[in-house]
Amino acid sequence: MPEPDYNPHPSESGLVKPPVLEPGHTFASVSDKIIAIVLARRTPRGWIVGFALAFLLSMVLLYAVTYLFLTGMGIWGNNIPVAWAFDIINFVWWIGIGHAGTLISAILLLMRQQWRTSINRFAEAMTLFAVACAALFPLIHLGRPWVFHWLFPYPNVMALMPQFRSPLMWDVFAVSTYATVSLLFWFIGLIPDLATLRDRAKNLFFKKLYGILAMGWRGSARHWHRFEMAYLLLAGLATPLVVSVHTVVSFDFAVGVLPGWHATIFPPYFVAGAIFAGFAMVLTLTIPIRKFYGLEDFITMRHLDNMAKVLLAAGLLVAYGYMMETFLAWYSGNPFEEYVIANRMRGPYAPAYWALILCNVLVPQALWSQRIRKHVLALWIVAMFVNVGMWLERFIIIVTSLHRDFLPSSWEMYYATIWDFATLFGTIGLFLALLFLFIRFLPLISIFEMRALVRETQEQGPGGK
Amino acid sequence: MFRNPPIYGLLAEFHSPEELLVAAHRTYQEGYRDMDAYSPCPVEGLAEAIGHHRTRLPLVVLIGGLIGCASGFLLQYWASVLYYPLNVGGRPLNSWPAFVPITFETTILFAALSAVLGMLALNGLPTPYHPVFNVDRFALASRNRFFLAIEARDPKFDHARTRQFLESLTSHGVFDTER
Repeated sequence: MPEPDYNPHPSESGLVKPPVLEPGHTFASVSDKIIAIVLARRTPRGWIVGFALAFLLSMVLLYAVTYLFLTGMGIWGNNIPVAWAFDIINFVWWIGIGHAGTLISAILLLMRQQWRTSINRFAEAMTLFAVACAALFPLIHLGRPWVFHWLFPYPNVMALMPQFRSPLMWDVFAVSTYATVSLLFWFIGLIPDLATLRDRAKNLFFKKLYGILAMGWRGSARHWHRFEMAYLLLAGLATPLVVSVHTVVSFDFAVGVLPGWHATIFPPYFVAGAIFAGFAMVLTLTIPIRKFYGLEDFITMRHLDNMAKVLLAAGLLVAYGYMMETFLAWYSGNPFEEYVIANRMRGPYAPAYWALILCNVLVPQALWSQRIRKHVLALWIVAMFVNVGMWLERFIIIVTSLHRDFLPSSWEMYYATIWDFATLFGTIGLFLALLFLFIRFLPLISIFEMRALVRETQEQGPGGK
Repeated sequence: MFRNPPIYGLLAEFHSPEELLVAAHRTYQEGYRDMDAYSPCPVEGLAEAIGHHRTRLPLVVLIGGLIGCASGFLLQYWASVLYYPLNVGGRPLNSWPAFVPITFETTILFAALSAVLGMLALNGLPTPYHPVFNVDRFALASRNRFFLAIEARDPKFDHARTRQFLESLTSHGVFDTER
């Protein structure tokens, strides 16, 4: 009888989880593989085509915004009562997408989840670019965006101060703090990797550029000690911050008295929605990138499986939110609340509502099946449904609540114009163009954390935690 | 004064974090204090092995957070109560519950800034030039090699004896590090 062969991939049996890093990697191999993407002399053709398309789309944004500044907000479909339309929909959609980055990098770090390691850098970059796209919308919605600095408290000749009791003002502080902290977290994580790039780069210009950014990092044990402390503290600070940001965003609605908005469930429901949207976007982007750059060793099926599970769990929370919204509208006995829900389900925007239920509640249930979670393309399609569904959710919350409030005399339909869509798709272009640049010029996987992972997985053996 | 050549110190190369950790412990036991260890990823226990036990960073972050908290609240108090008091239906000017979100955000902002700037300041970064960079092989410290440096200013440092000592710890090379 032959000896049973040692199986380095016990995952095939389905009993042991696939590894977070495929076996056989060393410090040198993870470093070189990730760096090769950045320092490759030739830019891949796929990158050039992808970047060109994304750049064109971001030029659409530039065009739309220029036309807006020259002409005024009349080019949009916004009206009274739907004064907040695509701007706030897109703002909430983008900022929700951003939340997955902080969740992966901070909350999973505190929970010692090793599988965060190969996706955190990329997800953090996604956060930064999503927040940049998000912040654009309230600014261009100001009407006179060139005086946006009036939002900040500073002594000025008008002797005016912003209204600190308004959730819109809280938003200014929450989003700017979030953008700053995300940038800091991302940047300090990059410092050791920038040092690696400095030491490997052949091109003198890039060697100097990475050298300046690495600030003379040399990997001293004392430095690592403080670095790890700072990283941990930042994770601890970012965790309540990320929850607070979407809570404050939800206050923009919940503090108003409008039926359909004035609900205490909004903060947790918005945070769950942000996790849902963010993980969907991480999956949407990770799946093609790992394929294109051959990173299947680093971003394994384990990562995709875990992200799919988080997506499913967040989706169930969001579905609970929809259920409670409907239930409370009925239970409150308030005719206006009841009408908002009836109008969502049967009114002029009913197709959008049912599309939202399909995208956010029904389709994600496919993730209960392990076969779907292991099927990369199916997973990607589910994630795309969620991306669309989360946009529709904000559309429903904002437009259906605003367009028919208490007084039928003030009812009005809302129709988006081509400029609304140009701005939305333009920001998608900007987001993708920034991501393409990030992938080409900075390591998209945290190299030093992968080295640490090599060490940990060697100790635990294949299939370890 | 002229006993030692004018060098920064000696740099020994290792191939694994375990070797470096053992060597760092041995060097510390030998009585050397002006030393440093370099690794491409954090190695648990290495900072302690070279005699670096605590960092003041958490205190810096706490102070930063408290300053952020106080300045966020005082900014809103000052603007709403002292600088531009606005009587809205007789409601209190110091409406502190409405000031909580911004106070929270400024707390986090200041604490995060002090974590990053504090880490850089305590580490003495940016430091564009450092003698260890003069050793060509040190470029591998950011890839897969580990280094231990003993500085010439250490009172126990003696070029020949220290070199011999380091060579007894590693077989991968000991390098003179120019200033």
